[in-house]
Amino acid sequence: MKHDNKLFPKELVMESLKQSFVKLNPKLMIKNPVMFTVEIGTAVMLIVALYALFTGNKEQGSAAYNVSIFLVLFLTVIFANFAEAIAEARGKAQAESLRKTREETPAKKVELVGEIFTNEIKIVSSSSLRKGDIFVCEPGDIIPADGEIVQGLASIDESAITGESAPVIREAGGDKSSVVGGTKVLSDHIKVRVSTEPGESFLDKMIALVEGASRQKTPNEIALTILLASFTLVFIIVCVTLKPFADYAQTPITIAAFISLFVCLIPTTIGGLLSAIGIAGMDRALRANVITKSGKAVETAGDIDVLLLDKTGTITIGNRKATNFYATNGVATADFIRLCALSSLSDETPEGKSIVELAGKEVVSKLSVSGASLVKFTAETRSSGIDLPDGSRIRKGAYDAIRRLAEREGFTFPAETLAKVESISNDGGTPLVVALNSKVQGVIELQDIIKPGISERFDRLRRMGVKTVMVTGDNPLTAKYIATKAGVDDFIAEAKPEDKMSYIRKEQNEGRLVAMMGDGTNDAPALAQADVGVAMNSGTQAAKEAGNMVDLDNDPTKLIEIVEIGKQLLMTRGTLTTFSIANDVAKYFAIVPALFVTSIPALQGINIMKLHSPETAILSAVIFNAIIIPMLIPLALRGVAYKPIGASALLRRNLLIYGVGGIIAPFIGIKLIDMLIALFM
Amino acid sequence: MTTEILGVIATYGITLLLAWPLSRYIVKVFRGERTWSDFMSPLERLFFKISGINPKEEMDWKQHMKALLTINLVWFVYAFFALFFQDKLPLNPDGNPGQSADLAFNTAISFVVNCNLQHYSGETGVTYFTQLFVLAFLQFVSAATGIAALIVVFKAMKEKTTTKLGNFWDIFLKTITRILLPISIVIALIFVFNGMPASYAGKEAIVSMQGDTVNVSHGPVAGFVAIKHLGTNGGGFFGANSAHPLENPNYVTWMTEMVAQVIIPIAMVFALGMFIQRRKFAMVIFGIMTIGMICLLIPSMQQEMAGNPAIAHMGIQQATGAMEGKEVRFGAAATGYWSTVTTIISTGSVCGWHDSTMPMTGLMQLLGMMLNCLYGGCGVGILNYYIYIIIAVFISGLMVGRTPEFMGHKLEAREVKIAAIITLLSPFLILAGTALSAWVLSHHPDADWAVKPSAWLNNPGYHGFSEMLYEYTSANANNGSGFEGLGDGNIFWNVSTGFVLILGRFLPIIGPVAIAGLMASKKYVPESAGTLRTDSITFGAMTFAVIVILTALSYFPALALGPIAEYFSL
Repeated sequence: MKHDNKLFPKELVMESLKQSFVKLNPKLMIKNPVMFTVEIGTAVMLIVALYALFTGNKEQGSAAYNVSIFLVLFLTVIFANFAEAIAEARGKAQAESLRKTREETPAKKVELVGEIFTNEIKIVSSSSLRKGDIFVCEPGDIIPADGEIVQGLASIDESAITGESAPVIREAGGDKSSVVGGTKVLSDHIKVRVSTEPGESFLDKMIALVEGASRQKTPNEIALTILLASFTLVFIIVCVTLKPFADYAQTPITIAAFISLFVCLIPTTIGGLLSAIGIAGMDRALRANVITKSGKAVETAGDIDVLLLDKTGTITIGNRKATNFYATNGVATADFIRLCALSSLSDETPEGKSIVELAGKEVVSKLSVSGASLVKFTAETRSSGIDLPDGSRIRKGAYDAIRRLAEREGFTFPAETLAKVESISNDGGTPLVVALNSKVQGVIELQDIIKPGISERFDRLRRMGVKTVMVTGDNPLTAKYIATKAGVDDFIAEAKPEDKMSYIRKEQNEGRLVAMMGDGTNDAPALAQADVGVAMNSGTQAAKEAGNMVDLDNDPTKLIEIVEIGKQLLMTRGTLTTFSIANDVAKYFAIVPALFVTSIPALQGINIMKLHSPETAILSAVIFNAIIIPMLIPLALRGVAYKPIGASALLRRNLLIYGVGGIIAPFIGIKLIDMLIALFM
Repeated sequence: MTTEILGVIATYGITLLLAWPLSRYIVKVFRGERTWSDFMSPLERLFFKISGINPKEEMDWKQHMKALLTINLVWFVYAFFALFFQDKLPLNPDGNPGQSADLAFNTAISFVVNCNLQHYSGETGVTYFTQLFVLAFLQFVSAATGIAALIVVFKAMKEKTTTKLGNFWDIFLKTITRILLPISIVIALIFVFNGMPASYAGKEAIVSMQGDTVNVSHGPVAGFVAIKHLGTNGGGFFGANSAHPLENPNYVTWMTEMVAQVIIPIAMVFALGMFIQRRKFAMVIFGIMTIGMICLLIPSMQQEMAGNPAIAHMGIQQATGAMEGKEVRFGAAATGYWSTVTTIISTGSVCGWHDSTMPMTGLMQLLGMMLNCLYGGCGVGILNYYIYIIIAVFISGLMVGRTPEFMGHKLEAREVKIAAIITLLSPFLILAGTALSAWVLSHHPDADWAVKPSAWLNNPGYHGFSEMLYEYTSANANNGSGFEGLGDGNIFWNVSTGFVLILGRFLPIIGPVAIAGLMASKKYVPESAGTLRTDSITFGAMTFAVIVILTALSYFPALALGPIAEYFSL
């Protein structure tokens, strides 16, 4: 997927400008208490301005002055609405571009005749497919809808969604059975059952979230809104009580000055950008090719304490590779290699293939397995192998599984083999013990290859305060070796699906938030239990339903990015709140002397910015207050950069930039605007 | 001059030296460890036996607040009627009259809430009976109420997850029997030996050096003044408070009163660190509070010692500083120090007239009460600071990219809502009260009341405005000092400040206890590298910034029209 990284594409700006006016509807505005009060103030100013314009009455200041104040306030509201609209538009555009890939394509629907699905195929439009319908796809077909393969296997080009050009294999049964609408079948023939109703796919849900129809405020957003509302109330009190104070001091204050003071003081900057920040968070997730099911999930991601990662594919490259054959107990090496190759010839697992590869073409070409029966790996036996027509049974598997097998038939497990098993394990390899007719023959060494750069990422996570946990089916020794080498903090060895679940529960009981990624149906309960569950798009429907995010790239390291997006979201809110409040200091020094200086000349002493006149002072303050909103939209959309430097250092940094900066910036800004206005007045 | 400053530094130094062992003792008492004061326990057991209270019964925060509010209501009713009918009660050698209903309302409330606003004069407005059995009694129990509420918050902060926060009656009673009573006795003894009266005789006629006969009031002063300061109450036995020679005879009593009023607030900060075993957290709080105090103290002392520029313009030397309204036996520096301390903690006793201090000093006094959390009153100072911590934790938590956490508990909408309401309350009460009085004064100056609004103010203009602002600020902060020069002994001020007193006392107690109670009942979140540390200097600076900015934003316009305008016009 190509991403448009321009912040304000032209067509979006036009649409957002239109939306900014639509959003003036008080019914919509009331959701944002801060901006709603500004809208009321603007309405009052409109009446005052019209009154001054038509009666020529100068009691409330000149008509031009009142009209300018009205216009600036109106712009303030429009700017805030624009921030929200542009964030929505960007999110929507991003989602739309994903959705476009699956618009109207012909679907080869399998017709339902009576109670059974016949093989009669009818070409229908993709939009007429309903949940439960079955369609077939042949090479070159675009898959018309999200679904699960019920029959067959195919290689699929998912580049339309993920941007990854290498085709992927999807097959019925197992954990890689999902196909996504809009992707292309390259080879083979599959039968797919539609998994969602039209308009109810995750993407559709996400678009609804962004559009605001089903957008709910996240817990932190609610808490922040309460705080901002209370600040607004404080400033209502300050402004209302100023009237009797001024009466006592015999100082007339114009309505324009009152409303300007109020609008400048209330936290309009953060109030105007708050929803834009939230939407931008979901949008950034989408740009990382992650579909989130709620805004809350993104926010929670920032709080994650523990990250569960599968070893295979995340920490290590793909799968283990066979690196050595060790024949023991006097078995000839050549014989042993032949045995190993035989046992793996029809083994389609990556380990099996790597054994055949290591054995070499010369050995393999002389072998034949016709008439042999394959013994598949099961979780109970924890071994696999082959039964040859001559009656010999070759088994390869984990040390304890083969040992049990051997001992059951009365053989002892040879000490030499055991020593080899231990030395391989100690080196982080996985020993695969091979037995012929339950008699131990030797050991195959499998090695994991750790992804380059992964330990740096874990280090970054550690500095963010996130504990990483590796989940693997390996024995504890191997697991420990890889865990140390990759730099994860903890590991779960010999993990069964329920181990993940119990680990998550344990951490959660201790008060930690856990994130995990998964794809299989047996991951579904753990995905649902985790605070942030990211399902791979290639995973089963059950997994996708259980998690609260779906990763279109099927990239297990994506979790790291998601955590950072979550943190950025919270940080952007926090820093802009600080900035907004810090701004008020300078605004006070502009407006308060302006209010009183005509009747109390002594207060010229607090006009430390030496602003030109009371009118220019008030105007510059409201203008600054208005233009700071569009100036900060890029920051709201991009988010404040997260640096894993520890919480205290981060606070220090942000306090300096947004707190101290927030105090200084308006002094400079207001002074500059004042100098500019003074030229015209 | 140097001696005066050294006196101030010595006084503060002695306070710190005594506060440290006191804090250790306080922690022992509330942890239930053995202390030397265990000889009081038979008395405590007797009390619980008579009242049928089981002191082992653990309460949650709501039960604590129910107990606290109920017993405070009982005291209020008792105090109101005792003051109203005081002329019919014994121990009234001077034959003082009963208080009017509105004055009794104001006085009762004011002493129940640890404020001691005193719209009467001690010599004529109360009797020895009400001084001792109403006012001094309330000075004990109101201080103990604040401390008990704080101990509940300590317990809530200490535990990982709990709803059991001790027994209110047990904590409350021990505060009196183990802390306030023993220390008060020691202080009272120091006072008596320095010439403070302790008798039940009525006015005494003396012949002054000019040959005039003067009737001098006295009475059981020493014991009263001891708890007045120890409990950060501040209500004077006499109208002139600690500027009165019989209420503050010499520099030794001055130092003792000064140490007595700050010692518990400072000891409670140290105790916080020991009790919850986060000493660094408490030390950072102590540091911030001290820096805040110094920020207010330096301008005050400088202004008072420099003298009044208006007098300097007349060509008059002011070698001893601005001496209007000050006692010569204390001087400008000491009075400046007292005025700062008495306003940052909620004592409100005075050793010189605040009305006569320089405008800048007046500004510092107002700010001290508006902040009300630099050490602060007995117990309630830290409770006020706690609210600022919650706001600071929330904003800085977001700034580091995590749902805010404090003491291992997530801070969510409900707690923020409570903190927001409490933050909102002070500006509302102070500004709305001042606005009401300013409005009445400017629109109905000749209203047909017992005291016409136009006669309220002794000074017109900015200073008059400061007087009104000061009165409501003092009432809201439960401080009790007055700018004076304000005709406050009438129904308008008695009733309006009365309501400010109630709201300004109990909501800021309930708020922090509720937040702490709610947080303690949540799941405990262990710290990680991503958790914001609240015991760092950075976080301390953040809290300081929140305190300063919130206060400045709420009160800047009002202060500009009062002390700031006065300062610039001098």
